[in-house]
Amino acid sequence: MAATVAPQRSTGRLMRALEHRALPVFTVLAIGYLLVPIIVMFVFSFNRVDQSLGDGKFNYQWHAFSLEAWLNPLGWPGLGNALYASLWIAVMATIGSTILGTLIGLALTRYAFRGRGMINSLIFLPMATPELVMGSSLGILFVATALPPLRGAVPTLFPFGISTILIAHVMFNISYVVVTVKARLAGFDRRLEEAAMDLGANEWTTFWRVTFPLIFPGIMAAALLAFSLSIDDFIITSFVSGTQNTFPIWVYGIIRNALPPQINVIGSIIFLVAVLLVASSTLRTGRPPR
Amino acid sequence: MAEVEVRLTQVYKAFGGDAAGRRVAQYIKPDEHGVIVAVDHIDLEVREGEFFSLLGPSGCGKTTTLRMIGGFEQPTSGLIELAGQDVTWLPPYKRNVNTVFQSYALFPHLTIFDNVAFGLRRRKIAQAEIKTRVREMLELVELPGYENRKPGQLSGGKAQRVALARALVNKPAVLLLDEPLGALDLKLRKQMQVELKRIQADVGITFIYVTHDQEEAMTMSDRIAVMNRGKYEQLGDPETLYERPATEFVAGFLGVSNLLMASIGDRDGDYAAAHLADGSTVRIPATLKGPVAAIKIGVRPEKIRLYAEGAPVPEQMNRLEGQVMDASYLGASTSYIIRSNDGERITVFEQNLARTSHGSLHQPGQKVQLAWLPDHTFAVAADGHATAGGPDGA
Repeated sequence: MAATVAPQRSTGRLMRALEHRALPVFTVLAIGYLLVPIIVMFVFSFNRVDQSLGDGKFNYQWHAFSLEAWLNPLGWPGLGNALYASLWIAVMATIGSTILGTLIGLALTRYAFRGRGMINSLIFLPMATPELVMGSSLGILFVATALPPLRGAVPTLFPFGISTILIAHVMFNISYVVVTVKARLAGFDRRLEEAAMDLGANEWTTFWRVTFPLIFPGIMAAALLAFSLSIDDFIITSFVSGTQNTFPIWVYGIIRNALPPQINVIGSIIFLVAVLLVASSTLRTGRPPR
Repeated sequence: MAEVEVRLTQVYKAFGGDAAGRRVAQYIKPDEHGVIVAVDHIDLEVREGEFFSLLGPSGCGKTTTLRMIGGFEQPTSGLIELAGQDVTWLPPYKRNVNTVFQSYALFPHLTIFDNVAFGLRRRKIAQAEIKTRVREMLELVELPGYENRKPGQLSGGKAQRVALARALVNKPAVLLLDEPLGALDLKLRKQMQVELKRIQADVGITFIYVTHDQEEAMTMSDRIAVMNRGKYEQLGDPETLYERPATEFVAGFLGVSNLLMASIGDRDGDYAAAHLADGSTVRIPATLKGPVAAIKIGVRPEKIRLYAEGAPVPEQMNRLEGQVMDASYLGASTSYIIRSNDGERITVFEQNLARTSHGSLHQPGQKVQLAWLPDHTFAVAADGHATAGGPDGA
């Protein structure tokens, strides 16, 4: 009896040892794999890259600790304008695509109409199409139709290219918004809207008092996704931007001549803001946003 | 007689192949054109202040009827009036009715206070008055102090009370309840039945209650419409429905009933003779003798007395012979299944009084005599799909 139990016990012990040792090791390795690039980016934002001291123009090697880049985060010609353009485009594209995508998501889940099935599958196309293909075809479209700038609708600070970039960004963002909002609406209990109307709320009040607050987490998630897709888009933007710089395009242009630590600073700031957003939403609701 | 609060005139509702139709299609079979008839030309009058129930199996059209009164569905044809006003095409928010949903449908993002205050806020009532009315209502449903909780923190029974408070606080002319106790366990359900009845008596509002539970409907209702296949088969107070069911469906749906094929013979004073399949003749009240020759006569299991074979049976009682097939001792009573001479199964409930305390239960296989008063007999038209012995005996 004891002889048959002993090997079982030893395999059990081995399994437990594996669980206790291997799993944490694996976890640390996986998290390290994800975090190391970010840590390197963050550390090198404190690097001194000073031409007058013989550091060159490239932030590849560690020279010395310096707060120079953090004190002058926009201290490189063209960086400020490019970043401003990127933020502005991302905000506008997020607003536009979130509103349109939410309405499309509502229509697709709520109503039966001719062509619904087709739209349901077409909405996935921009997600499935390679960005290169989409960017080049959008470029051709804008050349072929010679779209004039949206006169007056765009601040004169960004005279050309912004409108086409916006159109492209809203376009590819909509798919992601629709998919996210639809997922949220799938579990929505229509009886809640009936209850609101039963209690005297008309369609408008019902939407704003019941439907919207309940699907708001989905809309918020969709908006964050749209914003992050928009702010770092390079491929599509490069085809439709003309002479307009955005942050990714500016970085791509500058790295042939220089790699300023300011890029690391901007990257770190964006990362920290994202972490803060997640942390605040976790603190508020007690769970991470979905 | 009290005023008519809700009147349905020839209300008909058919669903097509759309989303609403698919919901209903779980319960009702579409006809050959794909049309689902949920409610088939109903005329109904609900009186002010009464507790009215729509009772029937799933798919009988009771919920659709309720949803049309609430304004969530529009009838295909027909007229719906509330207090004399035509509301057939009005949206729910323009009707002075409120609904308690089966799933409660409490707003999960609002506190209990905000849930209950929702209807009052829509009517722009002053904040101070909202506060007092919500507090009073939460007291009425025995949930004082729950104002700041969220619906997710409540048990089913408490959520149900909040749903009731949220509807009643608006003082509607009619309260619609769609199987509100369906999700509760038996004990809580019994408790809520009593409470609902008390609240209804307190507030004096007309209740229209949808349920498939016959006992629940009988416990609470002033009047019940027993629905089947988009129509109601009988409308009346619980006692009439139980003692004098008009159709075989009603007899089978409310309680247990024994139905026997019979042909009506001659009238004798207040009674008429009914000849049964096994050759015996019983008497039924003459008022039941309808124009149809082929009927089924029925008698409730608790109305039947059992006598041992050969024992004297009182003269005025109907008498039938049979053999005990099964006897189940249930504590307060004993339930027998008896086979009559022509093979019909008859259920009998006997109170466990002196006889059983002496240990003389009738045993399976024993021959017995069944006896009941002619006045306890009812008659229904025999419809085509009758099974031997009635719905519960078979």
